[in-house]
Amino acid sequence: MPWTRDEMAARAARELQDGFYVNLGIGIPTLVANHVPAGMNVQLQSENGMLGLGPFPYQGEEDPDLINAGKQTITELPTSSYFSSADSFGMIRGGHIDLSILGALQVAQNGDLANWMIPGKMVKGMGGAMDLVAGVKRVVVLMEHTAGGKPKLLKACTLPLTGARVVDLVITELAVFEIARKGDPRVTLIELAPGVTEAELREKTEAEYAVALRNVA
Amino acid sequence: MNAIQALSQLSYGPPERALPIPLAPACRKARGGGLCGIPSVLIEAIRESGVRDLTIVSNNAGIDDAGLGLLLQTRQVRKMISSYVGENRTFAEQFLAGELEIEFNPQGTLAERIRAGGAGIPAFFTRTGVGTEVAKGKETREFDGETYVMERGLFADLSIVHAWMGDTEGNLVYRKTARNFNPMMASASRMTVAQVEHLVKPGEINPDHIHTPGIFIKRMIVLPPGFEKRIEQRTVRKRPAAAAAGEEV
Repeated sequence: MPWTRDEMAARAARELQDGFYVNLGIGIPTLVANHVPAGMNVQLQSENGMLGLGPFPYQGEEDPDLINAGKQTITELPTSSYFSSADSFGMIRGGHIDLSILGALQVAQNGDLANWMIPGKMVKGMGGAMDLVAGVKRVVVLMEHTAGGKPKLLKACTLPLTGARVVDLVITELAVFEIARKGDPRVTLIELAPGVTEAELREKTEAEYAVALRNVA
Repeated sequence: MNAIQALSQLSYGPPERALPIPLAPACRKARGGGLCGIPSVLIEAIRESGVRDLTIVSNNAGIDDAGLGLLLQTRQVRKMISSYVGENRTFAEQFLAGELEIEFNPQGTLAERIRAGGAGIPAFFTRTGVGTEVAKGKETREFDGETYVMERGLFADLSIVHAWMGDTEGNLVYRKTARNFNPMMASASRMTVAQVEHLVKPGEINPDHIHTPGIFIKRMIVLPPGFEKRIEQRTVRKRPAAAAAGEEV
């Protein structure tokens, strides 16, 4: 059975390490915050200008001056700090953020990522996505495996890129793929969701990949 | 007129008098997080002034009935330089009809362009956008084996910013994530006007706590008591059962 959105987020949370500074994108990536293991110290960064994101406020305690990058009201923690968007992207571009987890429209087998624009449809803009994938040490994509029945993990992206050779790991409801994006690019299937067969996955994946399945508890 | 006089004269004036009018048709606005930390009253003053053909540098474009959306409604904007405009239908309509030009910048590149402009830096190199449409037509260069694209600094005729507190020297303090683009915007124009929620005397703000020194601020208005800051996406969590029964958590 394919993983649920929550199970995908839980799988992504296994990429977290103690002491990490992490930026979570909008959508399924936001759910990763619910799966930080107890006792692990992880600081979430919001690119508008905050480190140490707290949970949503209780009703009546919303603060219009305290929002995340998705414009949702949030709260602060004893560990929080605020800074300008220039400082925020300085820490992103400067390689100080350990992990970025974000969504995608397409990922190519060389690590190219497209997630900001579909030509001909209304264009919303890239926000901070291009800065994040260019500057953060490790980039994890959380996405549905297909869109309208068509593969999203491709030989080459057809949509305008957000970044070239930037993705390290792809988690879908069917499987987890590692991408070696430096040197000769290479995709490796490392995990399958329970009940998903390799044959089914091949059918739904355009990218070429090797198989090196790991035992997952 | 020196800056102190300007501030003391204009501090209590109406917002429409705080703006240099007639405005040059190239104007910058400070915003960063949707409606968070935006100079809303000064945007209304620009709307009232009727100035047109503005080029606006702003991370977002507001929503239909608030923020920069107000200037889109009245078709006062010719071009936007932004990173994300997804929340505005008026924007979409005018853009698709070819009435509005948009230059998309990655958010960090935009923030740095403004910071650089204010700091007298005409251009800088960044990895952001290399290999994408953003880098098309721009100079690239290799440093230490990595490719970088050149981006230009931005400097405007007018900046408008929002601060939580200011003193009559123009020193500003922002609050929480409402800081966003405001500090860079304040530095990157010939004429920066601030709207502040609280105006205090010099010395009442600890000098160590000032975010934007008064040198950047030419004019200031004070928001009326009870001024309401809007929330774009109200998200809350449920109180635990014990709290619902009246126990503070």
